[in-house]
Amino acid sequence: MHESPSSSAPARALKPETLTQAPAIIAQYPQKRSATMPLLHLVQEDRGYITQDDMTWVAELVGVTPMQVLEVVTFYPMYRQSPIGRRHVRVCRTLSCALRGSYALMENLEQSLNCKRGETSPDGDFTLEFVECIADCGCGPVVHVDASMHENVKPEDAGKFAAQLKATLKDPSYGLNPPVPGTPEWNG
Amino acid sequence: MPAVERPLIYANLRKPGYTVDIDCYLRNGGYEALKKAVALKPDEVCKEVELSGLRGRGGAGFPTGMKWKFLDRKSGKPAYLVVNADESEPGTYKDRQIIYKDPHQMLEGIAITAWAIQAKQAFIYIRGEFVHGAKILERAIAEAKAKGFLGQNILGSGYSCEVVIHRGGGCYVCGEETGLIESLEGKRGYPRIKPPYFPAVLGLYNCPTIVNNAETMAQVKHVLAFGGAEFAKIGIPGDSGTHIWGVSGLVKRPGLYEIEAGKATFGELLYDLCGGPLDGRTIKAIIPGGSSTKILKVGERFKGKLANGTEFDWALEDIPLDSNSIAACGTGLGTGGTIVIDDSVEMIQALSNLNAFYAHETCGQCTPCREGSLWLSRVSKRITTGGGMETDVPLLLDIANQVAGRTICAHGEAVAWPVQSAVPKFKDEYLESIRKRQKGEAVPTLKLI
Repeated sequence: MHESPSSSAPARALKPETLTQAPAIIAQYPQKRSATMPLLHLVQEDRGYITQDDMTWVAELVGVTPMQVLEVVTFYPMYRQSPIGRRHVRVCRTLSCALRGSYALMENLEQSLNCKRGETSPDGDFTLEFVECIADCGCGPVVHVDASMHENVKPEDAGKFAAQLKATLKDPSYGLNPPVPGTPEWNG
Repeated sequence: MPAVERPLIYANLRKPGYTVDIDCYLRNGGYEALKKAVALKPDEVCKEVELSGLRGRGGAGFPTGMKWKFLDRKSGKPAYLVVNADESEPGTYKDRQIIYKDPHQMLEGIAITAWAIQAKQAFIYIRGEFVHGAKILERAIAEAKAKGFLGQNILGSGYSCEVVIHRGGGCYVCGEETGLIESLEGKRGYPRIKPPYFPAVLGLYNCPTIVNNAETMAQVKHVLAFGGAEFAKIGIPGDSGTHIWGVSGLVKRPGLYEIEAGKATFGELLYDLCGGPLDGRTIKAIIPGGSSTKILKVGERFKGKLANGTEFDWALEDIPLDSNSIAACGTGLGTGGTIVIDDSVEMIQALSNLNAFYAHETCGQCTPCREGSLWLSRVSKRITTGGGMETDVPLLLDIANQVAGRTICAHGEAVAWPVQSAVPKFKDEYLESIRKRQKGEAVPTLKLI
């Protein structure tokens, strides 16, 4: 994957609220090790990716070795060990969406967002990826951006869609609220 | 007569103005079934579910009541309930609706099930990508706890059960119940070998565990609301309740259609409810119940005898939408996620797309699946895009035959079945694709790989 310039900079510390949330997460489970995945999600939501120090922190909290946490990080596609763009754009590649044009959509988005699949745009705004089925098959092609699903994104509308995504960069509330009627991710 | 829907699971969430909060759910009769359940003994609740004939909605269609009976109650270890909301089977998108639009319906089913099996704790393993879904469920759990439907001393019964939301990491194999359990324990989602790791005996933390699909939980709520015997009257003997058909791909109106089991046919689903093929096209094949179920070809005849002795001779369009009839045609109802392929597509393109999916999702634990899925993906891709040879067609089958039945979990079958079912039916078309590429003829414009 294309590395953004910031990846060589030392990682900042985790936010205080991340640290304070950890004990309650661990306490939900009969065995501490079960908290490995939620703690990794927590870390990734804080800084956008997971560092070796983070893995050591999680390992100490749940009572395993850092290697056992690394095993988890490398197994699940959602965990990342390097930073990505400001918006994470994931286009569904699997059959239902492909039959509705997701390959053409991907090609058009590569143009409109100025980056190749699997890479981050030079300005660091977008990371574009093909992903496997994200369970919204009747509304294909679907595009999962950060936490929100966008449905029925037709290949010919890629330019318009890319412009919408660029506008969200200025909207701090984008993707924070659950879907309600009339918003993306509702028809599903 | 055209097919009609009978919404049961989707009845509330389709009402205009229906919201996810508990007040809306209570206004629509919410948590009444739980009150009925806790007035019964746990064993009596299990009996109602057994009597209902409910089959699990996760794809395998195993009778829910029977699954609960297998729970090891003699070990003295605590029992756990794990709800599989890791909806990842390509073509399947029914559980998302329940989670995002009617979370309390599922939670009520979970509370009933937890009471029935006297679970110490319940977990909902939800897809990592359902970020908002997880938040909606967390809020719903807090609301239900505040009203005494979950948490400590449920409805004054003295029974307590906490429900924890656990987000996955985008891994298909964690939808397999033992892979899911490993994942819930904080490990890689490598499925466990059975025996000895039957979840009902050696499940989460090696304790007796019931793993049920998210929609199954919603169905359980209705089993208690109707009563087992009344619920069994919905649908047909051997397959009760409703099935949610999630149609995707190349039809006019893809979408979710909830139909009483056995009360419509594939023809009615595809041509009446979904409006048939796109203009100027013809439906060529369907994958009936999620990508791992065996493909059905338009024009095939399906002949045989049902378990009740009835002889049948059907075209694809005549097949009734119940699990026994569909199984009798050599495939499965699965999750009801029907993918429709039309004549604009070369069948090898569709197979290539799915092979790439399975190659991406194999966990790598068993050699036949890890290697086989990759080779199937490579070989079908070269047939599609050029460079394929006629010997590649029997090669596909040969590889698939070496995967099925030789792996720890059913991912091996999921890898093999699309190939094993499609090659005999579409062999001539695959050979035609090879010859077209050899002559320099381009792949159809709709790219699938």
